[in-house]
Amino acid sequence: MIHASLKELAATLAGKKISSVELATLFLDRIAQLNPGLNAFITVDPEKTLAMARIADARLARGEGGPLTGIPLAHKDIFCAEGWITTCGSKMLANFLSPYDATVIERFKAAGTVTLGKTNMDEFAMGSSNETSFYGPVKNPWDPAAVPGGSSGGSAAAVAARLAPAATGTDTGGSIRQPAALCGLTGLKPTYGVVSRWGMIAFASSLDQGGPMAKSAEDCALLLNAMAGFDPRDSTSLERPAEDYARDLEQPLAGLRIGLPKEFFAEGLSADVAQAVEAAIAEYRKLGAVTVDISLPNMKLSVPAYYVIAPAEASSNLSRFDGVRYGHRAPQYGDLADMYCKSRAQGFGAEVKRRILIGTYVLSHGYYDAYYLQAQRIRRLIATDFSEAFKTCDLIMGPTSPTVAFDLGAKSTDPVQMYLSDIYTIAVNLAGLPGLSIPCGFGAGGRPVGLQIIGDYFGEARMLNAAHRYQLATDWHTRRPAL
Amino acid sequence: MAYDTLLRLALLDLPPAMSLSLDQVRRIAELARIELAPGEAEQTRDQLNGIFALIEQMQAVDTGGIAPMAHARDLAQRLREDRVTERDRHADFQKIAPETEAGLYLVPKVIE
Repeated sequence: MIHASLKELAATLAGKKISSVELATLFLDRIAQLNPGLNAFITVDPEKTLAMARIADARLARGEGGPLTGIPLAHKDIFCAEGWITTCGSKMLANFLSPYDATVIERFKAAGTVTLGKTNMDEFAMGSSNETSFYGPVKNPWDPAAVPGGSSGGSAAAVAARLAPAATGTDTGGSIRQPAALCGLTGLKPTYGVVSRWGMIAFASSLDQGGPMAKSAEDCALLLNAMAGFDPRDSTSLERPAEDYARDLEQPLAGLRIGLPKEFFAEGLSADVAQAVEAAIAEYRKLGAVTVDISLPNMKLSVPAYYVIAPAEASSNLSRFDGVRYGHRAPQYGDLADMYCKSRAQGFGAEVKRRILIGTYVLSHGYYDAYYLQAQRIRRLIATDFSEAFKTCDLIMGPTSPTVAFDLGAKSTDPVQMYLSDIYTIAVNLAGLPGLSIPCGFGAGGRPVGLQIIGDYFGEARMLNAAHRYQLATDWHTRRPAL
Repeated sequence: MAYDTLLRLALLDLPPAMSLSLDQVRRIAELARIELAPGEAEQTRDQLNGIFALIEQMQAVDTGGIAPMAHARDLAQRLREDRVTERDRHADFQKIAPETEAGLYLVPKVIE
């Protein structure tokens, strides 16, 4: 049961072979048993979980269930959930009992899903290894010496260890795709604006996007069906007709044009990852796809541009944490300015402070043009590279991460090395495109490798189709860690 | 590729990577309302300088004539009708505040 797909779980629930309460209990027991070692969850509240499961069971008994009713899910602790402590991985919000639901949480509630708990994450989603969390690092279920990736590392570890059937994540520079790759999962960052950001604690508002993390492309499609949709409360939510993201899953891949950017296969890509990704592309050729060589010449500028734009937006977004309305307030302080300075110094961790300082600097008088405007111009060059590339291909493929999961502590003292681990994912956020990672083999130390699939705007159904057909032909996505 | 050659040539003409002084770090921290512990400014400066060395790669690119892209989809901000849509949850929101009184948030005295 713990390995079942969402479709199988829904059928089992509908056939009354198991109740939602029983299913939730099964996963809560696994969390109680395995989470102390993995640290994938920050908050677990069995009473609340079981109350939701009872509501789902009543709904199923009335015959009013939908495709996800009664299914337990884990939510990244960046999504505000009414009555749940929502920490965003920070000491700043250690006592933040959310008074409202994020739109994503509201939509999942309406679908009848059951919240298993709130998953660990890099503080305010700033990190690529989950080591910046105030609540301690998460262990990779494939190897406890390895990081799970970040920032949605708790969600990735929870699903990989089968502590939850699926989970939500958010992706600002790779935070869904990279942990999905490092933990052997399927994770999708949708086109910017497809999933509402309302109630999702803001890091870099022009880049942040929520999405599903699961065991297969089919599961991701079902989850995205529930998550996506216009939300008037998010000023950048896109007004589009509702889509069934599972509609094209079974389409054959004959004639699919896959673009292979030479920049993705250049220096810096480790040999084990290259080998697994090339084998996956060979499999796609067997499935009838053709490959096209393409170039994204400005991709190498994506990391520098991102580390101006994201911190700039973060420094603005995080100014709301001032110890006045919610969150941490220093126990002792002098005047108002001292209260702000001490509350923020105590509430934020080192990486968050670094990014706030970078952002404050690049937005300050005299530096704005040289940094912020220059980064935004480069952002356009990067977006234009992609639109040129999509004239000759339908999807772009390459590695999600340059290496398999690195060891805990290996990069935590060197911010620049940590930033460079997102070299293949960041450009997608800058352009606002959808990106997906699927498991495609194993590299050094038996650690998972992810294949990244990038689509044109609103190409989610096509990407999920390509991922699903690959998962019908291969079994990497069914491999699981020995626990 | 021509672009790579250009980039390499341009990098040779770059001024040395910008580096922040301790005073600048202290000033930025003050603007950001983050207190630095004694000795923290030095370490912060070194780390920020490492990050700015990465960021400086941008300066080698000629972006003349390229319009800045503020937003992934170049969207216009949507406006809504000016009417009340939310119910008053004043009390709920203040329940989680560090200090309130009579419906007001309390902070240290600002005006003597």
